[in-house]
Amino acid sequence: MHAMTSLNAVELHAIQKSFAGIPVLKDVNFSLRKGEIHALMGGNGAGKSTLMKILTGVYRRDSGDLFVNGQRHEFLTPRDSEAAGIAMIFQELSLVPTLTVAQNIFLQREPRNGFFLNDKEAVRRARELLLDLGEDIDPETRVEDLSTGACQMVEIAKALSKNAQILVMDEPTSSLSEHETATLFRIVKKLKENGISIIYISHRMAEIFTICDRVTVFRDGKTVLTDECSNVSMEGLIEAMLGPGRESSMQWQERAINKNAPVILDVDKISRYGKYNDISFSIKAGEIVGLAGLMGSGRTEIAQAIFGIVPPDAGAIRLNGKAVRTTYEAMDAGIALVPESRRQQGLVLDHSVLENFMLPNLARFANGMFIQARNGASKVVDYIDRLKIKTDSPNKSVNLLSGGNQQKVVLSKWLVREPKLLILDEPTIGVDIGAKSEIIEIVRTLANQGAAILVISSEFEELLAMSDRILVLHNGSLKEQIDRKQITSEEVLHHAVQG
Amino acid sequence: MLSKVEAITPPLANKGTVMKWQANWRDYVVYLFFAVILVIFGFTIGDKGFLTVANLFNITRTTSMIAIMAIAMTLVIAAGELDLSIGSAAALSALVAALVIKSGYGIVAGALAGLISGLAVGALNGFFVTVLNIPSFLVTLGSMQLIRGLDMRLTYTKPVAIADETFNTIFGGGNIGPVPSLFIWSLVAAAAGHLVLRYSAFGRQVLATGGNPVAARYSGVPTHRIKLYCFLLSGVAGALAGLLYSGMMQTARYTFGTGGELAAIAAVILGGTSLFGGKATIIGTFIGALLIGTINNGLIIMGLDVSEQNMISGGLIILAVAFGRRPSR
Repeated sequence: MHAMTSLNAVELHAIQKSFAGIPVLKDVNFSLRKGEIHALMGGNGAGKSTLMKILTGVYRRDSGDLFVNGQRHEFLTPRDSEAAGIAMIFQELSLVPTLTVAQNIFLQREPRNGFFLNDKEAVRRARELLLDLGEDIDPETRVEDLSTGACQMVEIAKALSKNAQILVMDEPTSSLSEHETATLFRIVKKLKENGISIIYISHRMAEIFTICDRVTVFRDGKTVLTDECSNVSMEGLIEAMLGPGRESSMQWQERAINKNAPVILDVDKISRYGKYNDISFSIKAGEIVGLAGLMGSGRTEIAQAIFGIVPPDAGAIRLNGKAVRTTYEAMDAGIALVPESRRQQGLVLDHSVLENFMLPNLARFANGMFIQARNGASKVVDYIDRLKIKTDSPNKSVNLLSGGNQQKVVLSKWLVREPKLLILDEPTIGVDIGAKSEIIEIVRTLANQGAAILVISSEFEELLAMSDRILVLHNGSLKEQIDRKQITSEEVLHHAVQG
Repeated sequence: MLSKVEAITPPLANKGTVMKWQANWRDYVVYLFFAVILVIFGFTIGDKGFLTVANLFNITRTTSMIAIMAIAMTLVIAAGELDLSIGSAAALSALVAALVIKSGYGIVAGALAGLISGLAVGALNGFFVTVLNIPSFLVTLGSMQLIRGLDMRLTYTKPVAIADETFNTIFGGGNIGPVPSLFIWSLVAAAAGHLVLRYSAFGRQVLATGGNPVAARYSGVPTHRIKLYCFLLSGVAGALAGLLYSGMMQTARYTFGTGGELAAIAAVILGGTSLFGGKATIIGTFIGALLIGTINNGLIIMGLDVSEQNMISGGLIILAVAFGRRPSR
């Protein structure tokens, strides 16, 4: 055992892990000093979450060494990891909403009086733990009545009650208000003073520079940078995440925009409490507009507002000058939404390609009272062909298709309506690169035919490949609108979004 | 450990209790309803015998079996499941006990055999739900019919008389002082159920399992085993109800407990337990069962016929549940 390990709470050497022969972690080294806050960064698929699952005993590594406080561990189950003093702070998963705060903190470890549970003692101890954190949350409140921020405090208290010495926090501020974030930071610093070590996963660089001591960046399953936060700049981190001299697989093509084209979508000062505030923008016919922002910046909520799912508290949304307030009105006016979660919001998974295709268009395929599957079938074949959807037949259940083909089915059910405004929320998440460029091509074609497009994506490469103009959201406010021509590189957009 | 720092939220001491009451009054709607019904019946039919001690004890006697089934059902529902077979299990237990007693094995063996038949029904349900992961609604919908068929087949639908005085006194017929033994049985069941649900580790595990099974598993709760125990308990409670039915009637019939599962579920939901699991109250259930019994009793005294009784008690159940519904956020 070398001298270094005794200083470190966690030490990971040359960790490798593959799934079905595909390497996800190729050669990862990571160390967490005692009492430090260590940021972990990397794009989607860089391997952060896989590594954390290895550390918490959810996955087993293929090779490499894992030390906790200088001791080599195997971690066959989450229990092993917990016993070594490691706890992960989830946002919702690990609390039972119908139980009280105290009951959650001590679930399965309840203080007892012989046969009976001693709830009074649990409440007393929970209150003590929470007050130590500086939080006056009533231990007898049910968790379902708490805000997200308070739930996180309960999670932290639960971890501390198990004597956790190492905490893993995954995007802890993504659904917190500014005020709650400040509280969380104060607590994180407090924990650090008490010798607890924290792995802090985040995309928000400003946060990382505020509270973290060191930062490690992953790219393509490898550690590419570990350094003191004071030694690195935002540019340095962005460069490390993106990698040097990348050949972009998706090139931006400048499109001719007709300056006199009519305005299709007009968003007029919409606000929703705690989500977004005073947002105004418009999109012209034939224009592709990107909406960029970090998780929790309000981008999905704005899409939902335009489609009438959760209307804004104030302000107006107009399509071709006509007000849109409900989903019915939105669809009627010609708005289509390809939602964020294709499996939950986009498709009825057990239904066939044909049934999913027909669902928003039943009136179109009906003859009087009865749905004419024949009408739908002839149309869907058309779209299967045009969008190159790989399926044996229109009657195949969509849960048997790949992610990319599922997404094309979602697109097809809206394209058949010939939408005037198409909103795409994370259209290529979990979609392979081939299908990705096809989807982008479909969107461009639609725009060329005169539709207005609004794209939301956390992949800047994709936003830059498609958009004519990009709106930057920050904490629910529209910070700026940038013409695509003025964005010379992905780094520029990263800067804008970090705020 | 950590030093105390300034709190962000103001202390909740006094304000908290007020707010809690405002937020939760709907959880107690069953008590309010029960009180209102008692007052209404007291004024309208008080002089027709509703308010006599004998009638009030009569209500507790007739609701005892439903109450006992509903108490077990509370645990099953709290764990996020449902048991529709509990009424069929009651008749099975009654018949098994009666046949064993008739064959001369004595009342202890008879009662035990009845309870074991309930345990078997619970094991059957629990196996399909927890090992094969079939939704309990479907499993127990099937076993409800299967066991009812078995009840009919057992004696070719003939009733079996129970001649043993001791059995009939213990289970059903007797009184302790002025108090019917049936009421005592249901009170004991309610007290035991309340203690288990509120103050035992098992009860807490049941609530966690129904509240969020994933979180419960991540906290080390053996959710499948907990559900299995709930079904076993439900089977035994159904069997006990069956013994009480047969003791009261001095006979076992295959029809015992028909519709009892639905009355029990109604009592549970009226009492304030969430149909989706995780939130439950045994005392509420007990009052819910008494409420249903009281409504039925009052309507009979009013001289309404069965069709009218059904319409009114059904309507009142919907009304009470609508009042108890939490406004969606």
